[in-house]
Amino acid sequence: MSYRNDPYDPKQAVLLAPEALEAAVAEAEKAFAGAGDLDALGTLKSAHLGDRSPVSLARREIGSLPPHAKSEAGKRVNVARQSIQSAFDARLAELELERAARVLVEERVDVSLPWDRAPRGARHPLTTLMEHMGDLFVGMGYSVVDGPELELEWANFDALNIGPDHPARGLMDTFYVDLPGLVMRTHTSPGQVRTMLSRKPPIYVVSPGRAYRTDELDATHTPVFHQIEGLVVDEGITLAHLKGTLDHFARSMFGPDARTRWRPNYFPFTEPSAEFDVWFAQHRDGPRWVEWGGCGLVNPRVLTACGIDPERYSGFAFGMGVERTLMFRNGVSDMRDMVEGDVRFTRNFGMAV
Amino acid sequence: MKLSLSWLREYVQLPAVLSADELERKLVGLGIEVESIVDQAATVKGDLVVGRVLEIEELTGFKKPIRFTRVDVGNPEPQEIVCGARNFEAGDLVVVILPGGELPGGFKIGARKTYGRNSNGMICSAAELGLSGDHSGIIVLPANSAVPGVDARPIVGLDDVIIDVEITPDRGYEMSIRGVARELSYAYASAYTDPAAVPASGATAEAPYPIRIDDTVGCDRFAARVVRGIDPSAPSPAWMQRRLITAGVRTISLAVDITNYLMLELGQPMHVFDLNLLRGGLVVRRAHPGEKLTTLDGVARVLDAEDMVICDDSGPISLAAVMGGETSEVQPDTVDVLLEAAHWDPVMVGRTARRHKLFSEAAKRWERGVDPQLPLVALDRAVALLTEHAGGTVDERVLDLDHVVPPAPVLLDTSLPTRRIGLAYDTEQITTLLGQVGCTVRGVEPLEVTPPSWRPDLVAPIDLVEEVARLGGYDAIPSILPPVRGGGRLTPGQLRRRTVGRAMAENGYVEVLSYPFVAPGAADAFGLAADDPRRSAVRLTNPMSEQEPLLRTSLLAPLLGTLKRNLGRGERDLALYETGTVFLPHLTAVAPPVLGVDHGPSDEDWDAANAIVPEQPWHLAAVLTGEAAPAGWWGAGRPATWSDAIEAARIALSAAGMTPDRITVRAAEYAPWHPGRCAAIAVDGTVIGYAGELHPGVISALELPKRTCAMELDLDAIPAAPVIEAQRISTFPPALIDVALVVDQAVPAAEVEAALTEGAGPLLESVRLFDVYASEQLGAGLKSLAYNLTFRAPDRTLTVEEAVAARDAAVALASSRVGAVLRGA
Repeated sequence: MSYRNDPYDPKQAVLLAPEALEAAVAEAEKAFAGAGDLDALGTLKSAHLGDRSPVSLARREIGSLPPHAKSEAGKRVNVARQSIQSAFDARLAELELERAARVLVEERVDVSLPWDRAPRGARHPLTTLMEHMGDLFVGMGYSVVDGPELELEWANFDALNIGPDHPARGLMDTFYVDLPGLVMRTHTSPGQVRTMLSRKPPIYVVSPGRAYRTDELDATHTPVFHQIEGLVVDEGITLAHLKGTLDHFARSMFGPDARTRWRPNYFPFTEPSAEFDVWFAQHRDGPRWVEWGGCGLVNPRVLTACGIDPERYSGFAFGMGVERTLMFRNGVSDMRDMVEGDVRFTRNFGMAV
Repeated sequence: MKLSLSWLREYVQLPAVLSADELERKLVGLGIEVESIVDQAATVKGDLVVGRVLEIEELTGFKKPIRFTRVDVGNPEPQEIVCGARNFEAGDLVVVILPGGELPGGFKIGARKTYGRNSNGMICSAAELGLSGDHSGIIVLPANSAVPGVDARPIVGLDDVIIDVEITPDRGYEMSIRGVARELSYAYASAYTDPAAVPASGATAEAPYPIRIDDTVGCDRFAARVVRGIDPSAPSPAWMQRRLITAGVRTISLAVDITNYLMLELGQPMHVFDLNLLRGGLVVRRAHPGEKLTTLDGVARVLDAEDMVICDDSGPISLAAVMGGETSEVQPDTVDVLLEAAHWDPVMVGRTARRHKLFSEAAKRWERGVDPQLPLVALDRAVALLTEHAGGTVDERVLDLDHVVPPAPVLLDTSLPTRRIGLAYDTEQITTLLGQVGCTVRGVEPLEVTPPSWRPDLVAPIDLVEEVARLGGYDAIPSILPPVRGGGRLTPGQLRRRTVGRAMAENGYVEVLSYPFVAPGAADAFGLAADDPRRSAVRLTNPMSEQEPLLRTSLLAPLLGTLKRNLGRGERDLALYETGTVFLPHLTAVAPPVLGVDHGPSDEDWDAANAIVPEQPWHLAAVLTGEAAPAGWWGAGRPATWSDAIEAARIALSAAGMTPDRITVRAAEYAPWHPGRCAAIAVDGTVIGYAGELHPGVISALELPKRTCAMELDLDAIPAAPVIEAQRISTFPPALIDVALVVDQAVPAAEVEAALTEGAGPLLESVRLFDVYASEQLGAGLKSLAYNLTFRAPDRTLTVEEAVAARDAAVALASSRVGAVLRGA
């Protein structure tokens, strides 16, 4: 069925009257504004914009108008329809915003709930600290070398100018084993001997690792401990280079104020030898000098024993305790905490130190 | 070593006022470690004054006789003091501490009522003032030595400063007042008087006693003097006793005290014999193996062929350089003495001291080196002191058997100090500094430097460089970074340990660093077979604990110990890991070749030496107990199981760059794991470790929580991480098909998956087992495995027919290989 061929009926054209359209628009606007939610708005849509809505019915009447009136009536209907559509769209947008905001409120959670669904792991601070120290030297062009913990007595002592009758050999509280010619290394220095035997100068290495001495475990001693030692063998190496290296290392570790102070001392494998303190500004009991390690020029006898010409090359060596560094750097007051493997101690450090 | 400042001042000029801090700085700057500096005057607090006893009233009726005294302490009214000692009379000068004072050890003095009288202070004994061990009575000062009321400290010798220092083993000469005073003279640039630089009586044609040296290597100098007719009751002078006591040396008798005093002052250990207890002439020789000698400490010692002894006709009477013997010891009635000052081989003394565990003050000095030019000076001083205080007649004859080789000159290139220190030193400075330490410097280039007799440590040019650097001052050395030579890196092995460690920690494992010491019983507790190579462990000959003398061959035993410690401290849910070396001895234990130190070892010798060093591969181990994931507001927890242990191995291998296709996990029976819950982990077909649940027997033997799980891998056995090849990513859509296969319970899922993968062919992108199911309905001994299969082609969208055909091929191979039946088909 179609109205198109209907004869002109002025009664039907009443719907196209401007007043009627204005009323339809006003009624729609009022209805939409009164819609409380998207569902209500949805049900109002067909009444004001659907096939049986006043504007749709008015549009059907256009065909019944005389040709001269069609254009104007069409425009009028379109304007009215657009007004209603705009009113609907505006209200729809309003209500959608309201709903989005409400959803966000409704979906609120308690973000303070515990988060430990997956237990946290952690690395031992000594491991992390040793890696950190090693990395600083890698940045200075050094390589990191390893060596066996159960070591040749020759590499641990003789090659380092600690002969069988050297008083220092008695001072080192050595662990001996039931195999001839072997000891638990008392320092990581035999790693330096191995390096000198396997590479030609220039040598720039650090050897971090475990060492053993027969000290009873207490707050400041442990029979199994960690050291990091450095060795440089090159042409023209001086004590000034050693000082520059230690000062640079100290600044890298502890900040721009850090520096080292030397005290003459004796080690069989270095000559001259010194112990050194570091200025540690972050100490929990206030800035102070802290004993840190030992150093010196590699004794020419050591170079000779390792097949390096002491006339052509000189070198320096230094070493410090990793436990000791952790103690003052991180305020660990009892060395036992580092060796007992209590997870509470280690978890505190996480992946950092 | 304890030294008194007043003694040092006798030989070095020091500022009159000397702060302890400054003195410590100077000593440290010289390389002398300072243990403590104690001002004795401060050890007695408050008023310690001289008093004159005015009246003594004997109090009776108490358990012991008590005296009530009135003492003039310089005040208008005399001080009333109750005293238990009786060795004084009215008119005597005594030492009084007044109320408010404090004696060493925190003993506070107050006015108090005792024995029915008021006592206002205390009359002191030497022991109470910490001056000596003498409790026999109070101190009575010489008459007219002071007036009442003055500070008694300087009068009794409580005005000294005691310096306790540690001497490095290379500087034997510093183990004396003579040596430390010399060092201080450098630091203060002040005058020094060498107590040994005095003329001494030389050897006479005739010896005072027949003595022969049979071994001039062990003893290159032996000098002796004889004094007869001394007063055996003559005590050591108070000043000498005080110095010995402050140095920590017991006072014994005048003759012995003199030798100890001179050892402290000059550094020359000496010995004194009772001349009348010697049987015939003395012989200095090596001991005969098995010879016996009872030393002064009362220990009967069996001697070694390397020990040096002094013998008379009766045999050894002194363990040379270390300790005298009982038979010739000075007695309370000794009147004739033979004083000995010798020079011994430091190596011999060191060995003898270690062999007999006799680290006497003398041995410590000999081992570090004693000036061989001291004996005659020391004997002259000893004879003078002895006759001064005990009378007697000196035998004018002097024995001096001298085989000392003078120090050899060292040739020093004048540029060497500058080249090694990095700070310019010219010839004049070098000559001055070396002259200060006692060297004689001759020549121009190179300098010919003859070290002094007391510096046996100066034998090479670098030793002289050290003295230049030390006296020039370490603080003067500039701070210069050496030029960068490049080449810094970590090895693949070091990178792997880091990556693996981080991966473990990121997956919830906490790192521990256990001691590598193991009890012998651990092998049995682990249920290791008798021939298990892990039973072959290196044994420490001097372990910290006799219970744990072995070095670990696996990380697990110490790691489980750490696990238990944490459990004992209240932890319940634990996942621990450790990376460390294990010690795997070679089965033959031969001594390494002797490697010298005069040149680098030959390649053959070095290789042969290293061949005996046990393998020490890096292992990774993990242990788990309790919950792997806790229960919480999110839902239920999950206990740690065998599969977590296997996953830990996979996490580590993945971190080490091993892709899943290279890893195989197969059921294994391997101690200490549960035989039905243990996996052998292999890379490229080579087993590198095991993971799973521990054997219930092991858990019970070690008292571990039930179902404790563990994993251990040989990190060094993992192949190097390859450069990983990129995969081409298809952008076409996938076809997803699920299959459920029924197989025998015994068929490993890994085999089913392998068959599916192979059967499906190249269109299969991934296969994932999402369910394992068994039920009565399914049938006894059967299980259902459900898989998501994802198919995808690189170049097109797959049709349903293609995907189904691939699935059918997969199922067909699983069916033929492991008897899988498609469920619901």
